[in-house]
Amino acid sequence: MSGAQPAPLLKLEGLTKHFAVQSGGFFRRHVTALRAVDGVDLEIQAGETLGLVGESGCGKSTLGRMIIRLIEPTAGSIVFDGVDITRLDMQALREHRRGMQIVFQDPFGALNPRMTVEDIIMEPLLIHGARHDDAARKRVDEMLGLVGLPLRARSRFPHEFSGGQRQRVGIARALVLNPRFLVCDEPVSALDVSVQAQIVNLLQDLQRDLGLTYLFIAHDLSVVKHISDRVAVMYLGRVVEIADKRAIYAAPRHPYTQALIAAVPVLKPRERGRGRRVRITGDIPSALNPPSGCRFHTRCPYVMPVCRTDEPKLAPTDAGHLVACHLMDNQESNKG
Amino acid sequence: MPAGAPLEDELEVPERRQSPLRMTVVRLFRHQLFLSGLVLFGLIAVVGVLAPLLTDINPNKLGMRTRFQAPDAAFLFGTDNFGRSLWSRTVWGAQLSMMIGLSVVLLNAVFGTLIGALAGYFPRLDNVLMRVNDALMAFPAILLAIAITAVLGPSIVNAILALAIVYIPRTARIVRASVIVLREMEYVQAAIAAGAGHWRILRRHILPNAMAPLIVQLSFLFAYAVLSEATLSFLGLGAVPPTPTWGNIMAEGRQYMVEAPWIITIPGIALMITVMGLNLLGDGLRDVLDPRLRIQQ
Amino acid sequence: MSLLEVRGLTTAFRTERGEINAVEDITFDIDEGEILGIVGESGSGKSVTALTIMGLLPQPPARVAAGSVRFRGETLTGMSEPRLERIRGSGISMVFQEPMTSLNPVFTIGEQIMETVRAHEKATPRELRDRAVEMLDKVGIPSAAKRLGDYPHQLSGGQRQRVMLAIALACRPKLLIADEPTTALDVTIQAQVLDLLMDLRDEFGMAVMIITHNMGVIAETADRVLVMYAGRIVEQAPVVRLFERPEHPYTRGLLECVPTLEQDTERLAAIPGSLPEPGRRPPGCRFAPRCRWRIDACRTGLPPLVEQEPGHASACIRAAEIAAQIGAA
Repeated sequence: MSGAQPAPLLKLEGLTKHFAVQSGGFFRRHVTALRAVDGVDLEIQAGETLGLVGESGCGKSTLGRMIIRLIEPTAGSIVFDGVDITRLDMQALREHRRGMQIVFQDPFGALNPRMTVEDIIMEPLLIHGARHDDAARKRVDEMLGLVGLPLRARSRFPHEFSGGQRQRVGIARALVLNPRFLVCDEPVSALDVSVQAQIVNLLQDLQRDLGLTYLFIAHDLSVVKHISDRVAVMYLGRVVEIADKRAIYAAPRHPYTQALIAAVPVLKPRERGRGRRVRITGDIPSALNPPSGCRFHTRCPYVMPVCRTDEPKLAPTDAGHLVACHLMDNQESNKG
Repeated sequence: MPAGAPLEDELEVPERRQSPLRMTVVRLFRHQLFLSGLVLFGLIAVVGVLAPLLTDINPNKLGMRTRFQAPDAAFLFGTDNFGRSLWSRTVWGAQLSMMIGLSVVLLNAVFGTLIGALAGYFPRLDNVLMRVNDALMAFPAILLAIAITAVLGPSIVNAILALAIVYIPRTARIVRASVIVLREMEYVQAAIAAGAGHWRILRRHILPNAMAPLIVQLSFLFAYAVLSEATLSFLGLGAVPPTPTWGNIMAEGRQYMVEAPWIITIPGIALMITVMGLNLLGDGLRDVLDPRLRIQQ
Repeated sequence: MSLLEVRGLTTAFRTERGEINAVEDITFDIDEGEILGIVGESGSGKSVTALTIMGLLPQPPARVAAGSVRFRGETLTGMSEPRLERIRGSGISMVFQEPMTSLNPVFTIGEQIMETVRAHEKATPRELRDRAVEMLDKVGIPSAAKRLGDYPHQLSGGQRQRVMLAIALACRPKLLIADEPTTALDVTIQAQVLDLLMDLRDEFGMAVMIITHNMGVIAETADRVLVMYAGRIVEQAPVVRLFERPEHPYTRGLLECVPTLEQDTERLAAIPGSLPEPGRRPPGCRFAPRCRWRIDACRTGLPPLVEQEPGHASACIRAAEIAAQIGAA
C-alpha cells in the first residue's frame, strides 16, 4: 500500500454507536448511553487485511456488525465501494449485502441446528432469488470444495461436526454470494489451538484465490499480526493506533499498544517475566462512563495533566502510522 | 488444487448420526416417564377415538328399571340415577375430553405462537401485546374461564373458547421468551447479513428452534384444559346436560356419593389417568427437549 | 515422598453409549513448592484430572475406575466426604475459569473469605476479619478493608479472579489447583493475574497445578509440564526442555501451529484433522490420524510413556528417531 492511494473499498467516518442502557427502578428510570463505538474513522483498501484488536468492551465487534449493518449506527457514515450504505433502504441494502459478509466467532451458535449443511450454504442464494435446483446444488458443492469439506457433508446437520468443520461451513455460507469484503469476527478464538491454524490458513488461501478484503477482528494479537497487513488498536470505543503490522509490533507508539504487546506471553520459558517492566495496572473502565480526556489516562504509565482534559486526535507520526496520544504532540514540538 | 485443500484426514466426517428430530424421538422412547405417560394418555385417547365401537348403548338412553346399578356383567361401570350406562357415558366423555383438550391446544399453538412471536421479534409490538397479556394473566385462570362462559353461555364450544382465551397469554409468554433468545443467535444474524426478510427469519430460523419449549407447554396445557373443562361442566358452565362430559357425570353423581359412589368415582379416575399421563408425558418431553435442564442432570 | 502422587488414575463416565474413560492411566507427582503445568485441548481430560484429585466429580456418572491419588501420604481416592472436606481448602484448594459463577452472588466477598477460614480454623470474628483484609491485600485489591462489604457483581472480572485466589489461599493450602485461571480474562488482566500467581507462590511456598490450553501461559509459569491428548499423558518434561526439545509430534505441532509476535511466518504449520471426542477415539496412538510421522505400527498398540532422558518422557514409538532428526537439523 504505497504510492498513490486508490479509493478505499471501505471508508468509515465518525462511525458511532451509543446503546441506550436503562437502569434504576420502576419510577426513577435512567437511560444512560453506553458508548460502544465513539467516532471511528477507518479506511480499508481492496485486497488487504485490516486487523482490529482490543480487549473486551472496546467496541470492535460492534464496529464489525455496524459495517455489515446488523447494528444501526448512531452517527457517522459507511462508504462501501463508493456508495454510502449508511442510510440505504431495506431493498437497496439487500442488493448491497451481496458484496459484504460476516464470519462469526461461535461455530455452535452460528449454524441453525435444524438445517442441513446444504440448506445452510444455499440459503443466501435462495434469499437472492435463486431456485432450489441443480445449479444451486452445484454451487453448494463448489463451496464445500473451496472450504475443504467433503461433498458428503452436505446432508449432515451441524451437531455432527467438530468446531473447525463448523467454522468451514460458516465460511462457505459467507462466500456463497461471492462477496468482495468479509468481516471476520473472532473467527478462530472459540476453536481449539490445534485447529485454529487450519482456519487461519484457509482464510489466507481464500483471500489469495478470490481476491477478498478482510476486516479481521480478534483479541489475540499474535493471530492478528500473522494474518493482517495493517493493524488498528481499539480502546473503549476509539481507535488509538493504526499502522502497518510490522511497524506496530516492532515500534508501538501508544502506551496502550505497548502494554498490550508486552502482556502477550512469550513461548520462551527462559525469557519468562520479560513483559513485567511494562505492565499496566487497573481494569478497563466502563464504557457507560468513560474517563474524560484520553480514555486510557486512568491506566497509562506516562499520564500527563493534559491527558485528563483533552482528548488526543488520531494523527500521523510516520508514513501511514497514526497514533492518538499526547506524548506524540510533545515529540512533534521537540522536533520542531 | 482448490484453496485450503485439506489433508486426507480432514475429510473424515464423523459417521452418520441422525437428524435432530430422529435423535429426539429415539431419546423419548428411552425415557421411562415419557413412556408411562404415553401409555396412560394413549389409553384414554384410544378409548375416546374408538368410542362408537366400544359401546352399543346410547350414553343418554334412560332406563327407569336399571337405576343405580352397581358395576356388574351387564353394566361394566354400573348405571347412574337415570339408569344410563356409565361405561357408555365415560367412554363418550373421553372422546369429548380429547376433543376439547385438542381444540384448546390447537388454538393455543396458533394464537399463542403468533402473539408470542410478534412480541418477541418486534420490540415495538412487545410492550402493547405483553401488557394485554399481563392483564389477562392477572386473573386466576379458572375464575376468568367462569366469567367468560358466564357471559357467552354454557356450551362445549364456549368452554373451548373460554379456556383458549385464558391460556393463550401463558403460551404466548413462553414463545416470546424463546424468540427473544433466538433473535440474538448468530445464525439469525447471518441470515440478516445475507439479506433475509423478517418472514423468512421467523419461519426458517426462529420458530423451528422455539418449538421445543412450546411442545412441552402444550402437553401440560392439554392436561389443564381437560381438568378445567371438567370443572366448568361440574359448575354447570360447560356442556349442557345430558351431554356426557366427565364434569357433568360427576356433577350429577355428587348427590349420590354415599349410595352410588361409582357414579362420581369412575369419571374421576378417568380424569386422573388423563391428567397424570399428560403430566408424565410433559415431564419426559421437557427432560429430552429442554437442553438447559438436561445439563443439570 | 512427593506432595501429590497420582498413580495410574483412570476416571470413567457413564453415558448413553456405555462407560467411557475420560482420562486413562495418568501418573505424575507434584513436589512441594513446584508449579506443574498441564496443557491440553478440549477432551484431553485435563479438567477431569483436577476434579478427580479434588473429589469433586459427581459419582455417578463418574467413577474412579483404576489408580490412586495420594496427598501428603494420605490416599484421597475413596476417602469419605467429611475427611475430603477437611483437606479441600486447607490442604488443596482450587480456582476455576469463570470467576462470576464461582462466587456466591448473595454474600459479600469478605463473608466468603471468612467462611472458608471458619470451616477449617478456630478464630474469633476479629481474627477472621483481619485475615480477610490481609488476603485481599495480598491479592492486590486496593483499600482492602473498605472492599470487604462488596458483592461479587460490584467487581470486575480481574478483581473477581483475585478474590477467588484470596479465598483459595486463605487457609494456606499446600497445593493450589488453577483450572484455566486466566482464560476468561483479557490479555492485560491475564498478565496481572499470572504475575500475582507467581508472586503468591513465592510468598506462600505452595505447589501449584496450573491447567490451561495456552502454551504461552505454561511458558510464563510452569516448572514442569504434562501434555495431555485425548485422555492420556503424551509428554512430560521440565519446561525449558519441553519448549526447546519437544519429542512428541503433538507437542511439536502445538508449538509450531501458533503464530508468535517475534517471528514472521508466511503460513502456519497446521495440525490436520479434529480432536477425537471421548468415546470415538481411534485405536492405537490417539494422535496417529493427525500425525505426519505416523507409521502402520502406530495404529495397533497404545504407545507407553517412556523416559528418554531423566525427567523427560513421551508416549511415541518414534520419539528417539524424531529427537535425533531434530538434533541433526
